[in-house]
Amino acid sequence: MPKLTIDGIEIEVEPGTSILQACEQLGIEIPRFCYHERLSVPANCRMCLVEMERAPKPVASCAMPCGDGMVVKTNSETVLKARKGVMEFLLINHPLDCPICDQGGECDLQDQAMAYGFDRGRYLENKRAVQDKYMGPVIKTIMTRCIHCTRCVRFINEVAGVPDVGAVYRGEHMEITTFVEKAIGSELSGNLADVCPVGALTHKPYAFTARPWELRKTETIDVLDAVGSNIRVDSRGAEVMRVLPRVNDDINEEWLSDKSRYAYDGLKRQRLDRPYVRKNGKLVAVSWADAFAAIADKVKGVAGNRVAAISGDLADVEAQFALKELMGRLGSTNLDCRQDGARFDTSVRAGYLFNSGIAGIEKADVILLVGTNPRWEGTLVNARIRKRYLAGQVKIALIGEQKDLTYPYAHIGTGPETLQQLTDGSHPFSETLRNAKNPLMIVGMGAFQRADGLAVQAAARITGEVYGMFRDDWSGFNVLHTAAGRVGGIETGFLPGPGGRDLHGILDGASKGEIDVVYLLGADEIDTAKLGKAFVVYQGHHGDAGAHRADVILPGAAYTEKNAVYVNTEGRPQLARLAAFPPGEAREDWKILRALSEALGATLPFDTQTQLRQRLIAANPIFAAVGQMTPATWSPFGAQGPVDSAPFVSPITNFYMTDPISRASVTMANCVEALVGPAQERTGTHG
Amino acid sequence: MLRDEDRIFTNLYGFQDFGLEAARKRGDWDNTAAILQNGREWIIDNVKESGLRGRGGAGFSTGMKWSFMPKNVTDKPVYLVINADEGEPGTCKDRDILRHDPHKLIEGCLIAGFAIGASACYIYIRGEFYNESSNVQRAIDEAYAAGLIGKNACGTGYSYDVFIHRGAGAYICGEETALIESIEGKKGQPRNKPPFPAQAGLYSCPTTVNNVESIAVVPTILRRGAGWFAGLGRPKNTGTKLFCISGHVNKPCNVEEEMGIPLKELIERHAGGVRGGWDNLLAIIPGGSSVPVLTKEICDTVLMDFDSLRDVRSGLGTAAVIVMDKSTDIVKAIARLSSFYAHESCGQCTPCREGTGWMSRVMQRMVTGNARMEEIDLLLQVTKQVEGHTICALGDAAAWPIQGLFRHFRPEVERRIQAYRNAAPLAAE
Repeated sequence: MPKLTIDGIEIEVEPGTSILQACEQLGIEIPRFCYHERLSVPANCRMCLVEMERAPKPVASCAMPCGDGMVVKTNSETVLKARKGVMEFLLINHPLDCPICDQGGECDLQDQAMAYGFDRGRYLENKRAVQDKYMGPVIKTIMTRCIHCTRCVRFINEVAGVPDVGAVYRGEHMEITTFVEKAIGSELSGNLADVCPVGALTHKPYAFTARPWELRKTETIDVLDAVGSNIRVDSRGAEVMRVLPRVNDDINEEWLSDKSRYAYDGLKRQRLDRPYVRKNGKLVAVSWADAFAAIADKVKGVAGNRVAAISGDLADVEAQFALKELMGRLGSTNLDCRQDGARFDTSVRAGYLFNSGIAGIEKADVILLVGTNPRWEGTLVNARIRKRYLAGQVKIALIGEQKDLTYPYAHIGTGPETLQQLTDGSHPFSETLRNAKNPLMIVGMGAFQRADGLAVQAAARITGEVYGMFRDDWSGFNVLHTAAGRVGGIETGFLPGPGGRDLHGILDGASKGEIDVVYLLGADEIDTAKLGKAFVVYQGHHGDAGAHRADVILPGAAYTEKNAVYVNTEGRPQLARLAAFPPGEAREDWKILRALSEALGATLPFDTQTQLRQRLIAANPIFAAVGQMTPATWSPFGAQGPVDSAPFVSPITNFYMTDPISRASVTMANCVEALVGPAQERTGTHG
Repeated sequence: MLRDEDRIFTNLYGFQDFGLEAARKRGDWDNTAAILQNGREWIIDNVKESGLRGRGGAGFSTGMKWSFMPKNVTDKPVYLVINADEGEPGTCKDRDILRHDPHKLIEGCLIAGFAIGASACYIYIRGEFYNESSNVQRAIDEAYAAGLIGKNACGTGYSYDVFIHRGAGAYICGEETALIESIEGKKGQPRNKPPFPAQAGLYSCPTTVNNVESIAVVPTILRRGAGWFAGLGRPKNTGTKLFCISGHVNKPCNVEEEMGIPLKELIERHAGGVRGGWDNLLAIIPGGSSVPVLTKEICDTVLMDFDSLRDVRSGLGTAAVIVMDKSTDIVKAIARLSSFYAHESCGQCTPCREGTGWMSRVMQRMVTGNARMEEIDLLLQVTKQVEGHTICALGDAAAWPIQGLFRHFRPEVERRIQAYRNAAPLAAE
């Protein structure tokens, strides 16, 4: 452990700590532009120079490892002069257009110029102007502002794993570019604007819309995939202006996928802002009371087993819990939260959770992906796998569709029979698994969304057992869900009860006329044609597939408009917080269900969200541990049986449009146009 | 003056063939196996004793540099990299070694590689040197065919490969870590140090980067003895050195001379003297474009070695002597160097990227005098803001010529600025 002196204070640090990190431990702030703690260290901005005894010239503190007996000064005359010099150099070719710059107010260059800038320029020559670059539908470039810190280049090459951004030319002509004017082919491209310390890369959808100091910041979570990324929603009045990631090292580190970040404009379109009732085939706006009355008319007298409920991808825990309780009071056990039709055993928690935790990926030495395309199903899970890959000494293999996952992997099979070959040791990859210390398996919904889902789950479990993925010190069996509402639904028990029908049974029953009433809690991804003649109640926030089929529409709140619990794929309950109120007459979802229950004469026993949560915790204690993963104990799950040899197919065919919010988003539509399908093949010389 | 029998580069001018047979006649590859059989320690100790200092410009002890390499074999391979990216303006010494005496270099590569425990050697040749690289490649092929390198090199059981990597013509790739990046196929940008190449160099493996001349003299030093080499020149500045004399001399030439030869003697004896006589001399840049210029008064007496030139606040650099007589527009000459550095800055780190362009633009204006008097001090401040704050030495190299100019020729610049203002007082206000 090296011991050194910084500004007269002695400190002992871990070997390998840089001087800059040691300074941070002491609370000494070192200005920097190029240094980013999650990226490699190029030490090219030279802003973090410090004076070191016995060094002939100032050293870059970000790149200099601490050594025993070093004596460092961070605030001497020399240091100040060096930093002022660097700042002047950075500013001579910077346009100083802060008043019209979107970074204004949260710009590293602006802030540090306050401390180290001169009050006037001494540069009498013409300033440099740089042509703006096209970086795709979400990143706006004003390249004249670039200070060449290369954070963007390092981010896209290291974290995103897509070598689409780089620097060309040299000296003062150096430019950051996408080389051939093409959209950045990464689902993480929005982070470029976050890592950019100046206004060179900004968010295109946010351009010229707001100033940071006029925004209300709400710390909440993202629900557009099952990762549960921590986000900050910046809103002005009732409008969400932008979404930014929050640091959570267990989940998203400090990154965010483009869908989670930019789909927020979908919150302003296609919204359901008042109740509707279908009269003579047409949806007519009505009052809440009339809507409830319409439902009560239909439901009263209907036998419980002829009523069913399906919850959707964005349904929060409270609403699913309330709906489950209501269905119980109506005598129905026909419930399913797996609107995608996945079949898997939910009786054992270990069988449907991401047991190792997302951060646990970093401990694995062999990673086996089964029926999943993590790049699209859990972008930040994929980023974590890539991080693990970059750390070295890891083998990655995939069973399923071959896709570019931003890291190399062995494609060892396409369907369930490969799992069996791994289990009996006949597959060449078995050897690798056998020698692994911490083998990790990630099973995607592509493996469960099939008739033999339960058998596949059992096969995966047995493979995991054979190779020691269920140990006391290591849980390597992981399920990657695709929807934020799913695990929450399972944990609340929003599942077929005794004698109840699952999704397939409900749809089957509805089309055969055995189900009379179907309650859709934000379920839009089901085949609504199969609902037959059933009376459909749709509760949700967007006029999407479910609302089109509905007989009664109850307008709910989107994830930015309510306080609610969501459980991510790891089984970690997290709180979403209200950033803006729901539009029009829309209400928080659990309140709607509470009010409806009264109209149906089956009043739910809670009047406040606190009471509801107390009941929830009593029903399942994992909800008490907000932000924590409750470890799942293992016992056999799945149902052994014959498996189909059909290959696994990822459930997501279009990353940018997977839910009602992203389908309503113009930004996401632009992304689809630029990045998905044939447009992706375009080159700089195309048409 | 160096005696003929003390010359190392006996085919510097290409009067003889560069091939293996001719090289052998000149004494190259003479029982190299015996040298290797003395062992790594012996070679490094002898090179240290000879006092050989790196010929690429910095003048760091070559033997010392080799001793930084890991002593024990690890799982990582060790590389020797030869810097033949000779791009310093005024310098043309390596070029003559490459094209006329490549076997000296290749033999040196084998011995140096053996001394540091390398498994392979990469010779990074400047892109413009096409004929030079083809000569070196032919020499390598001959050496492989004769069993001098490759598997069981010289019959010693030591396996050693030599590869050529041609650059693409960037000055900055002559900086050792930028050169390593370039070999790896990346943009030629210097790396931050530490880690030094001896710890993590080419492909993150221990690497030594040496100049062509430093390596090419090693076989002769070991054959004739460290004492012989150390006996030439002055203490701490030993041996012979190739000087490239260009500019306003009657016979520009490349010449091998003893270290520490007086500058005046070097020019008078080998380059036919300054055009129009010694008194017509205005200034000399003694070590390639990166070192500060010297006035005639200093040139009268200064000795050509590392320490003497350092004492007059310049440097030996690559020993490229650029002579300027009184017909030279010294401001324009330095302004040209400034624009060279602005053009060749890699653009990676801030002070150099922004500073070289700034300095160059101000220098261009000073050529005509289109500047304010205060700008002289401003320019000097800018050079100080660049110097010592960059990743590599290019920032220093860009700053020093300007500092040298104002140290010795400030009145000339002031005169020009005044004249410009006098000629066009309104425009200048």
